[in-house]
Amino acid sequence: MSSSLSLPRAPQRRSLWRRHEKTLAPLLFLTPALLAFCLFVVWPILSSVWISFHEWDGLSPKVFIGLDNYRELFSDDKFYVALSNNIKWLVLYLLAPVGGLMLALFLNQQLRGMRLVKALFFFPFVISQVVVGVIFSWFYDPNFGLLNVVLNAVGLPGIAPLGDEHMVTYAIIVAGLWPQIAYCMILYLTGLNNVNPELVEAARMDGCKGFPLFWNIILPQLRPATFIAVVVTVIGALRSFDLVAIMTNGGPYDSSTVLGYFMYEQAIFAYRMGYGAAIATVLFLIMDVYIAFFLVSMLRKEAE
Amino acid sequence: MFPAPIHTKGAWTVMSYRVAVIIALGLWLIPLMAIALTSVRSLEDINKGNLWGWPSKFLLIENYSAVFTTTPMATFLLNSILITVPTVIGSIALAAMAGFALAKYKFRGNVLLFAMFIAGNFIPFQILMIPVRDLTISLGMYDTIWGLIAFHVAFQSGFCTLFMRNFIKALPDALIEAARMEGVSEINIFFRIILPLVRPALAALSVLIFTFVWNDYFWALVLAQTDAARPVTAGLQSLKGMWVSSWQLISAGSIVAALLPVSIFFLMQRHFIAGLTLGATKE
Repeated sequence: MSSSLSLPRAPQRRSLWRRHEKTLAPLLFLTPALLAFCLFVVWPILSSVWISFHEWDGLSPKVFIGLDNYRELFSDDKFYVALSNNIKWLVLYLLAPVGGLMLALFLNQQLRGMRLVKALFFFPFVISQVVVGVIFSWFYDPNFGLLNVVLNAVGLPGIAPLGDEHMVTYAIIVAGLWPQIAYCMILYLTGLNNVNPELVEAARMDGCKGFPLFWNIILPQLRPATFIAVVVTVIGALRSFDLVAIMTNGGPYDSSTVLGYFMYEQAIFAYRMGYGAAIATVLFLIMDVYIAFFLVSMLRKEAE
Repeated sequence: MFPAPIHTKGAWTVMSYRVAVIIALGLWLIPLMAIALTSVRSLEDINKGNLWGWPSKFLLIENYSAVFTTTPMATFLLNSILITVPTVIGSIALAAMAGFALAKYKFRGNVLLFAMFIAGNFIPFQILMIPVRDLTISLGMYDTIWGLIAFHVAFQSGFCTLFMRNFIKALPDALIEAARMEGVSEINIFFRIILPLVRPALAALSVLIFTFVWNDYFWALVLAQTDAARPVTAGLQSLKGMWVSSWQLISAGSIVAALLPVSIFFLMQRHFIAGLTLGATKE
């Protein structure tokens, strides 16, 4: 205490800080994260939108062309292939919350060793999508893959899912569902853990069991888990890139491309930065609908 | 508890349940077991088409040392560590401070900033790609681990801030008020009172961010071009092109790439799941 009296250092500055401490402290705490986030996230979004109005190869000066990139995009067949593939991803990926819930119901037991079993089921989510893609490329390989070993064993002819335009997207989605189901399973296991046991017991006393018990008593209590599972699954489907890049590079004949990969290919391989930015902007606008939905529900929960 | 606990239903039911679980687990993990088995096979086995049967000989040491001696896998692994560890520290440090500010101070724009950090998590990477790539080029960080660190720190600070803010928000305000009455400065409130209390959140975030960044593939493709800066995900993909059908090496490489996040997950399982399921329980 006495040290502060004996050391009269810069009393005025100190008091300025002291007087405004409660305003300045949050500013100080926020600034580093805010600067980093603005520089690498907020500004690049605006910049991408701006680039999308230009013809640009990444090196020579940008030429402003207004909405021409968008006009070209909306008459580009490849855009519609990518968009319809994204819709397939979106719809089929919603099997992940369903599958995750079924798996969680199956595994929600407290026998010895179940903790390890649950961790092993969760395993695919922990490994990189690159590894998942490698594993499934090989699984589908017409010469070496397990898939054809199994098909031949039951007397069916072999297939090459990644070489077939009509099968390829579905084959990649199956690979993506593997880790995604694991993720949803964990969300639901946590949800089931927090189900109110008294409510369940009361319902059982009243003779409610089996599916009606699940549907009327359990599922409503799992709503927070369902909400997060659906949100991460939808975002994951719209963001799909890794598996497409690893398993097919969008092929054969661009039949498995998605918006994320189409954009990457146009910008990196075709040097069409403006066109790539336009694709990214469209994808961004589509995702904004879901992001807005998520934000509104999350902030509404906050306000309660 | 739902479904009803199985152990109340007699030994026979428990037994059949256990068998069912083991079969399901076996099917679920077939891809992983196959890749593990292939990583110790000989090339002759693969050429003969013996991919799913028992290996004719076990080449555990040979195949794994081939991965490290004939490819830059060691460099890729080191790069992954050098990128991931600073990112974890950096993004969590930024987020702990920002999360504290958003959780415990009232000021104009608070909710707006919070919303910005949340929304940032969900945007497609492609909308950032071209400007971020140009930015790292002009900062002289393109094709170095620094470019990847800088981007990942900034991007992950969004998710981390969301996480920290919610965690700190749940701490009682009275704690801070009491400290203020005692004359503790705002800075010290953060370092002496908040930080020790958020250790579980820091642990959960570290494990999560480690896994996210380690497994990142998109930015590794976009911001690194040469083996000197490539992390293990992009490295594995470039080796896949080189090895073509040497599946025993591709498999061994995949396992090497997955080993660290998998071991961290098993060691820190509780923290990992606590982090991932944040929000899955509360309405």
